[in-house]
Amino acid sequence: MAGWIEACGADDVDEEDVIRFDHEGRTFAIYRSPDDEYFATDGLCTHEKIHLADGLVMDDIIECPKHNGRFNYKTGQAKGAPVCVNLKTYPVKVEGGQVFVQID
Amino acid sequence: MASDKSASGPQGMVIVGAGECGIRAAMALREEGYGGPVTLIGAEPHLPYERPPLSKAVLLGDDAPSPKTIANEARLFEAAVLHLSSVTATGIDREAKSVSLSNGRGLHYSKLLLATGADPRPYALAEGLSHVFTLRTFDDALAIRSRLGPGCRLAIIGGGFIGLELAAAARTRRADVTVIEAAPRILGRAVPTEIAQVIHARHAREGVRILVGAAIADMKEQNGGILIKLQPALKDEAGPSAVQADLVVVGIGAQPNTALAEAAGLTVENGIAVDAHLRTSDPDIFAAGDCCSFPLAYQDGRRVRLEAWRNAQEQGTLAARNMLGGRQAHVAVPWFWSDQYDLGLQMAGLADRATQVVRRDLGSESFLLFHLDAEGRLVAASGIGPGTSIARDIRLAEMMIARGARPDPLKLANAESKLKALLAA
Ligand SMILES: Cc1cc2nc3c(=O)[nH]c(=O)nc-3n(C[C@H](O)[C@H](O)[C@H](O)COP(=O)(O)OP(=O)(O)OC[C@H]3O[C@@H](n4cnc5c(N)ncnc54)[C@H](O)[C@@H]3O)c2cc1C
Ligand code: FES
Repeated sequence: MAGWIEACGADDVDEEDVIRFDHEGRTFAIYRSPDDEYFATDGLCTHEKIHLADGLVMDDIIECPKHNGRFNYKTGQAKGAPVCVNLKTYPVKVEGGQVFVQID
Repeated sequence: MASDKSASGPQGMVIVGAGECGIRAAMALREEGYGGPVTLIGAEPHLPYERPPLSKAVLLGDDAPSPKTIANEARLFEAAVLHLSSVTATGIDREAKSVSLSNGRGLHYSKLLLATGADPRPYALAEGLSHVFTLRTFDDALAIRSRLGPGCRLAIIGGGFIGLELAAAARTRRADVTVIEAAPRILGRAVPTEIAQVIHARHAREGVRILVGAAIADMKEQNGGILIKLQPALKDEAGPSAVQADLVVVGIGAQPNTALAEAAGLTVENGIAVDAHLRTSDPDIFAAGDCCSFPLAYQDGRRVRLEAWRNAQEQGTLAARNMLGGRQAHVAVPWFWSDQYDLGLQMAGLADRATQVVRRDLGSESFLLFHLDAEGRLVAASGIGPGTSIARDIRLAEMMIARGARPDPLKLANAESKLKALLAA
């Protein structure tokens, strides 16, 4: 299993928001929930491969900025048309004010 | 009508039109737990597919494109949706509650949904000419695509969204593109002037020749293509007197497919007229998507018809629920997007009742416009910028519109003031 990768500072993401993180040719989205937990998913929407980092985070939901497809970013679950394929999620931990993602 | 004699099978849900709206309705019937027969009748030979890529990705790329299907055979099978492709519904017998089909069969319905969409508005001067196309179906897009290439002279009649998206794609494929627009500016009343100007300037920079205020006098086949003769310009600016094209695409708008509804005696008013529950003048028949006109809840219920993808999805889903006895009203705020080059445009709400426009600058070629009515209520928001950069703010503005919010114009204008905070206020 691959190790933990440092993605960003905990303060780099606003509460109830998302930022982009790129690593070795792959792209991810890092979320901070309204209750101050951190999550990570693949960066690209499963509908048309648009990056989710411009999307709107509301509670547990990330809404794709392109056509408003919705995912639960904690579980990756697609919430219905136009998205039907789930998002891949990755384990996240916060240590010393930094956010780490476990990429497989 | 013969339909009633030949109609067969148990009663169930019948949907006419297997486009964006029809397929979403079919799937929603199952998601809502309906266990009876669901039949989806589609005139096109394909599985239900998405239209927006037809003026975008389908025209680009090297690989032979395939339609972006919304539900493949396995999903239709799993959901037990019977999709009849290449079959047209030809008549409705409201007494017998049956639909007659082009294959000579008939179908009984307990509830019927008309999701027949819209077709390109025909252009009299182009009738019967070769080399002239419209762009609505996957087959249209393939036909245009196969003729596009470096140096191909493409003339687009009409500076609306579909024509302009096609222009952008054609430039990417290094075609020589002329857009002929009769009105004084592109994009008519669909978007605010400021946004139309940005798009116009961008097309000009990309090498598209846009002729506005240009009236076509005549079109004829000539030299293996089409010669478009223009009426002499009224003003002093000397526009060209003619445009020679290898390929002409007419994009002067669409008209709702209402013939079936009209023949059945349903009320038609700029589209098949439905109430807030998407019910037509016959309580067993619903209509949704591009083919219907409906009361716009957030603007005093005035009747509108939209040609927008998300609307087709939302209305399809809602119609399905109400076909099953639900009483949910359609309340969504209209929303659409358009992509041209790397520019993304989005708009929420309808701006024609706005009396004040507040602008928030975000960068070069990038800004938001907030459209407020006389009472200071936000009625629409539009924006343009690279990629999806304006998406989040348009989405937040849409929620403010839905709530009837009256945001402080000074805060709207200030890029430092977050819309999320304004929404919560
Ligand atoms: C090229 C193009 C680009 C677009 N881009 C965008 C965009 O960027 N953003 C956006 O918001 N919207 C866009 N749209 C609009 C969007 O695609 C439509 O709003 C949407 O497809 C409407 O869905 P619908 O199901 O109501 O109608 P349609 O998708 O038109 O489907 C109706 C279907 O019904 C069938 N039908 C009609 N009559 C019968 C009959 N009697 N029997 C059987 N079948 C019948 C038709 O063949 C058709 O397949 C675009 C449209 C086009 C054409
Ligand atoms: S690209 Fe995300 S919903 Fe379409």
